[in-house]
Amino acid sequence: MDMKKIEAIIRIEKLDEVRIALEKEGFVGMTVTEVKGRGSQKGITLEWRAGEYRVEFLPKLKLELVVDEFDVESAIKVLTEAARTGKPGDGKIFIYPVDNVVRVRTGERGKKAL
Amino acid sequence: MNAGDTAWVLISFALVILMTPALGFFYAGMARKKNILSTLMLSVSILVLISVQWVLYGYSISFGPDKGGIIGGLNWLGLNGISLIHSGYAPTIPHTAFILFQMAFAVITPALIAGAFIERIKFSGFLLFSLLWATFVYDPAAHWVWGIGGWLRNMGAMDFAGGAVVHITAGVSALAVAMVIGKRKGYGKTPMEPSNIAFTVLGAFLLWFGWFGFNGGSALSAGPLAASTILATNSAGAAAGLTWMIISWVHKRPSVLGLATGAIVGLAAVTPASGFISPLSAIMIGMVAAGLSYYAIILRMKINVDESLDVFACHGVGGIWGIIATGLFAQKAINPAGANGLFFGNPGQLGIQLLTAASIGTFSFVVSFILAKIIDAVFGLRVSENEEDVGLDISQHGETAY
Amino acid sequence: MINTGDTAWILISTALVILMTPALGFFYGGLVRRKNILSTIMLSVAILALISVEWVLYGYSIAFGPDKGGIIGGLEWIGLTGVGQAPFAGYAANIPHLAFMVFQLAFAVITPALITGAFVERIKFSGFLVFVLCWATFVYGPVAHWVWGIGGWLRALGALDFAGGTVVHITAGISALALAMIIGKRKGYGKTPMEPSNIPFTVLGAFLLWFGWFGFNGGSALSSGGLAASAFVVTNTAAAAAALSWMVISWIHKRPSVLGLATGAVVGLVAITPASGFVSPLSALAIGALASVFSYYMIIFRTKTGLDESLDVFACHGIGGIWGALATGLFAEKAINSAGANGLFFGNPAQFGIQAFTVMVVVSFSFIMTFVMGKIIDAVFSLRVSENEEDVGLDISQHGETAY
Repeated sequence: MDMKKIEAIIRIEKLDEVRIALEKEGFVGMTVTEVKGRGSQKGITLEWRAGEYRVEFLPKLKLELVVDEFDVESAIKVLTEAARTGKPGDGKIFIYPVDNVVRVRTGERGKKAL
Repeated sequence: MNAGDTAWVLISFALVILMTPALGFFYAGMARKKNILSTLMLSVSILVLISVQWVLYGYSISFGPDKGGIIGGLNWLGLNGISLIHSGYAPTIPHTAFILFQMAFAVITPALIAGAFIERIKFSGFLLFSLLWATFVYDPAAHWVWGIGGWLRNMGAMDFAGGAVVHITAGVSALAVAMVIGKRKGYGKTPMEPSNIAFTVLGAFLLWFGWFGFNGGSALSAGPLAASTILATNSAGAAAGLTWMIISWVHKRPSVLGLATGAIVGLAAVTPASGFISPLSAIMIGMVAAGLSYYAIILRMKINVDESLDVFACHGVGGIWGIIATGLFAQKAINPAGANGLFFGNPGQLGIQLLTAASIGTFSFVVSFILAKIIDAVFGLRVSENEEDVGLDISQHGETAY
Repeated sequence: MINTGDTAWILISTALVILMTPALGFFYGGLVRRKNILSTIMLSVAILALISVEWVLYGYSIAFGPDKGGIIGGLEWIGLTGVGQAPFAGYAANIPHLAFMVFQLAFAVITPALITGAFVERIKFSGFLVFVLCWATFVYGPVAHWVWGIGGWLRALGALDFAGGTVVHITAGISALALAMIIGKRKGYGKTPMEPSNIPFTVLGAFLLWFGWFGFNGGSALSSGGLAASAFVVTNTAAAAAALSWMVISWIHKRPSVLGLATGAVVGLVAITPASGFVSPLSALAIGALASVFSYYMIIFRTKTGLDESLDVFACHGIGGIWGALATGLFAEKAINSAGANGLFFGNPAQFGIQAFTVMVVVSFSFIMTFVMGKIIDAVFSLRVSENEEDVGLDISQHGETAY
């Protein structure tokens, strides 16, 4: 039953590169959510009619996938390589233990349901 | 009666009526998502309210038989007893066409003010304010400048399509109401993110489209003057849009919102002058207008008044500059019914224009301030803090946009 | 002698055609990814501001001013010197000269805006402005003079172009192709999806275009009478026929798409443009229905070639305009417009030859000029943003804004 959930916050524009890279390593299933967040760089300024205004939270994507424990390192490697630009704001990856997984269609449980 | 002139004024009426909902989109795109519908509602509810007010008594007190140069009489209440044609206002079209065309102006003017107090205005207090404002500010000002016997008209004030009557009244009143109602909660501390710039751009260019009726229709005929007016209008809108874009580029980046705002400012500024000037003067007027309004917004933000969508900086400053510019650039060669401005050898006209701007501006500010204070005290102009937090779409109207 | 009915019609037509440029912005804006919506709209509305000024300063003079050797208008009318409230009988004796001039301004504005569909999502804004100004001066101005200006050599030859099939749609469509070749594909084109982000905006834009087109074609009668009514009817008919035809084709391939119907409508409007003052409503049905077929399969073909002419300006406006100009040589009737000529189907094959020659000339001129100018501007100012700016999206990287 050793499964992990990988939750990655990434740049919006990196989604396609990340998806293609993950797929190449066999990670097909994932869930993507539009989120807003901030890190050490805080917000950004955008143009107002005259002058600018500050946006305190930046739009990002949250990508979630659940994998076999043995695949965690390779998934992290793919993610860090594909999502990286080297500039602040590339995002973070969080890893959580998963108790169980159930496939809705069949009722299968555990790794079979991944 | 001339069929061509009538067709032109009727389609111009439709164009100007479209401007009020267009203004709703222009403003709503700059509001936060929780206030989009309520901002739209301010414009469209004025459309229905003032359309009725105008028929019942608004037209009569604005354009009815003069009482002492100050106000029109009640002779035309409910549009009773109007003639088929009014030779004094528009000899070649039905009187009804003139009434309709003027109605569209009476509608959009209070709608312009709404930009000052979005996201915190109480809807009931707003309706009352708009009705009283139309009665005690717009209708008298329209009479002074446009009504036969009006004192500014008699003095020779030139306001082709409403620089003073529409833009100065609205812009100055916006400032007065913003001072009464106060800042939005968190203004200057938390960001007030515009929720849909695309809506604002849509609204801005529907306004541009409608402005051809606003200014061009004010010729009240479909001839050379209307053509010249339309060209001046388009040239000023374009020159101001370009200038604003360049200014914002010099500061940082060429912004879409900036170009749209600039276009509106140019259109507002050329409004009083549009029937009296050459296209090259229109380009000048537009360029200067963009510069003045841009820095008026910067200044307004520095002094920390939450006149939220800068109605004063755009329409007030644009209108004042336009009225003054009319006194500079007007040429009898363009419109023999007008007068020459300072640059064409007639400095006296500039004095008249300055007096017009000053008297209309002062009158609008004082009456709007008093009206707003009274309504605020008696009925309340502002929603509760909790209603403001939740957003007016839900708290005032029980709806969400999307 | 100024006629108020005619003048009223030209003035409202001017307003309608001016509205088409922001409408085009929404038509295109809905088809790009969300990070590029505002920048796409900006391309259209910045042109509205820029060319409105250019046309007053010198554009009108070089397009419609006193002829120089059939090639170009003179500089006599610079800053609208001598262009005033009195009519200019050579172009329209019944309306003020300024009304004719401002109506033509609206055409000069929308034509470069059409090209923008070719290079959305990667164009550098500063390079774009330089290109547009040069293009208006060196492509639109001359071609408008050749076809519409008094003394213009194609006009003298007898070329029929009622409302701009060659002057507007062929020039724009062909130039779009040339620029797309210079600027290159969007990053990831053909590999990652380029999802349209707001189809309702596109539909809104398409039908505001349809609305505005009544001014575009109807106003080109330059009078408010039988010919304007006829142009009005064939415009609506061709748009409807083309929209239906596109919907049916997309249905046969799979499902009847809203985007397809809207695209078809615009293609039909393009194709009828040069013919609208010369053909009957039944001819308009044929012109519209066939236009969709040609454009539909041109899009399919263009996609196969891998060329990223992103919003198919060539397939829609280029092909639609070429077909429209040729169709004018087939379907034109002197019975509809005595100032025109009969086409091939009405016993005058020579007219078809003139139309085909006109198409060839305008196609070659637009392509060569645009390609050369595009190359020079790309080398000097650069036409494309950096890869990182393209990734982030032009709304943020060029304009510092987000749409919603």
